[in-house]
Amino acid sequence: MIELHELTKRYGKTLAVDRLSFTVPRGVVTGFLGPNGAGKSTTMRMILDLDRPTGGRVTIDGKRYEQLSEPLKYIGALLEAKAVHPGRTARDHLLWLAQSNRIPERRVDEVLALVGLTPVGRKRARGFSLGMGQRLGIASALLGDPEIVMFDEPVNGLDPEGILWIRNLMKRLAGEGRTVFVSSHLMSEMAVTADHLVVIGRGRLLADMPMPEFIRRNSRSAVRLRTPEPERLLDVLAGAGLRHEAGPDGSYEVVDGDLARLGELAAANGLVLHELSPQQASLEEAFMQMTADSVEYHAGDGPGRDAAGAPGTWGAGWQADGARHTAAARQEEN
Amino acid sequence: MASFPAVLRSEWTKIRSVRSTVWTLALAFVVTVGIGALLSLLTNNNFTEFRRNEQSPFDATGTAFAGIMLGELAIIVFGVLAIGNEYSSGMIRVTLAAVPQRTTLLGGKATVLGGLALAVSLVTAFVTFFVGQALLGSHSTSLGEPHVLRAVFGAALYLTMLCLFSAGVTTMLHNQTLALGVLVPFFFLLSPILSAVPKVKTLAHYFPDYAGSRMLLVYEQHGQPYGPWAGFLICLAWTAAALAGGALVLKKRDA
Ligand SMILES: Nc1ncnc2c1ncn2[C@@H]1O[C@H](COP(=O)(O)OP(=O)(O)OP(=O)(O)O)[C@@H](O)[C@H]1O
Ligand SMILES: [Mg+2]
Repeated sequence: MIELHELTKRYGKTLAVDRLSFTVPRGVVTGFLGPNGAGKSTTMRMILDLDRPTGGRVTIDGKRYEQLSEPLKYIGALLEAKAVHPGRTARDHLLWLAQSNRIPERRVDEVLALVGLTPVGRKRARGFSLGMGQRLGIASALLGDPEIVMFDEPVNGLDPEGILWIRNLMKRLAGEGRTVFVSSHLMSEMAVTADHLVVIGRGRLLADMPMPEFIRRNSRSAVRLRTPEPERLLDVLAGAGLRHEAGPDGSYEVVDGDLARLGELAAANGLVLHELSPQQASLEEAFMQMTADSVEYHAGDGPGRDAAGAPGTWGAGWQADGARHTAAARQEEN
Repeated sequence: MASFPAVLRSEWTKIRSVRSTVWTLALAFVVTVGIGALLSLLTNNNFTEFRRNEQSPFDATGTAFAGIMLGELAIIVFGVLAIGNEYSSGMIRVTLAAVPQRTTLLGGKATVLGGLALAVSLVTAFVTFFVGQALLGSHSTSLGEPHVLRAVFGAALYLTMLCLFSAGVTTMLHNQTLALGVLVPFFFLLSPILSAVPKVKTLAHYFPDYAGSRMLLVYEQHGQPYGPWAGFLICLAWTAAALAGGALVLKKRDA
């Protein structure tokens, strides 16, 4: 079990992680979601005691990381795929890692087989593709047969087959009773793998709940109605005991309304409708709304803003139809 | 705490499984022996010509060790690579996640690195000496002569300490390219130039390379600021300081 308490990290002026407190539950896949620059990697580095917190603390099974005598037997992590000396063979890379934590050498061949790298075990890492590098990173994470595994954006840059492989691996690890903590900036990815979800934005905790609850709370469906006679519509809705919300451009929305029933209701009252349409907000949209205020690099904000790195694909997508989301956000508040 | 023997085994595997580190060590041996042999041969064949205007006694040991400057370069590069390649590849994070006790880690690295450098340097020093003496023919000296054995051991210790000094500096700079860019010009431009400039000379005489190389001298030289053992201690102090500085930076810094 990983516990974070008021964990804070400041790099100069940047507050990368801001009083973050949550617990990674045992034996399930926990998704760690946040847009680019949210502080996911920084948090993970602090869990491994690579970066020292500015404030707060993090413990693994109640201990500080530094107190673990052979940490690979507790927690295995994949942070960067290519953190391997290019001139060393995959097998030798795993061998020194195993020796440092007194893990028997046969385990090296076991994990090589597990990730499907046995045929290239004696090849130098220089020639490895991104997918092979990722597999080698996962092999190192599994080397100590740890109770907890932590992966930082493991599917980044992988082809569909690789993505599927990692997804199944994570499910299998959780099925074996292990704790899996995996970061991503894609809601859709988490929706299919995670049992529990932690969402952060600008280093702050935005949500921490079981996946089903997140879906229930955030997948909102509504029926949108537009009419030249709004007063009459409101009367009709009130008469039928239906609650409504104001939609965009003078429309109205009935949350969780039944399309057919609303159509019949309008007809029965002789009400002219210009629009009667189902509205569905996806989980992706829910995530975007949740993190909208905390997205670090908006696309097209002009030079300077994104000096620290290329704006993520996610930010670009958000900005493209930003107007719609902003409207939706406003109506949610009403 | 991480088990120290486990750290040693792991660091040993790291060093022996990468070609560049193995090659730089081999190179240190080859250039030191090779250049020494070449100069010994030339000296033997042209002895009267070479010695025409010399007042000081002929130093057969020093002649055999004529290649030590280049051997030094190779072993410095070895020290830098052995530490620095972890930073350039990002592997340092994998290492620190496996061994979070950072002082233990650096201790293990320095032990393996120093042990290997010492073994290679001892072999290099003795082979260099014997090959050189064999080629010097009638002008050769022997280990039994005063100070000669000390000079040969001194050469090995000198190379080992420079290797560890470089390893310490690389840990402090946590960057392989930067470390090479600082150390190589320092030892091969700055230090030799400064030791020749009249006033600054006194300062340059306390640099690790000048101090360490005093151990190789068989005869008193004119204007020598201190003896071989003082030189050894000064060089040792630099090495210890570099490693301590490295430990401090490693401990304090985000990886
Ligand atoms: N070593 C560092 N020095 C300075 N700033 C840093 C450092 N590491 C991270 N940051 C900053 O901290 C913030 C959080 O970065 P982090 O890499 O943790 O985000 P992330 O959620 O992993 O993003 P991504 O999805 O892009 O990987 C960013 O503003 C980043 O620029
Ligand atoms: Mg990241």
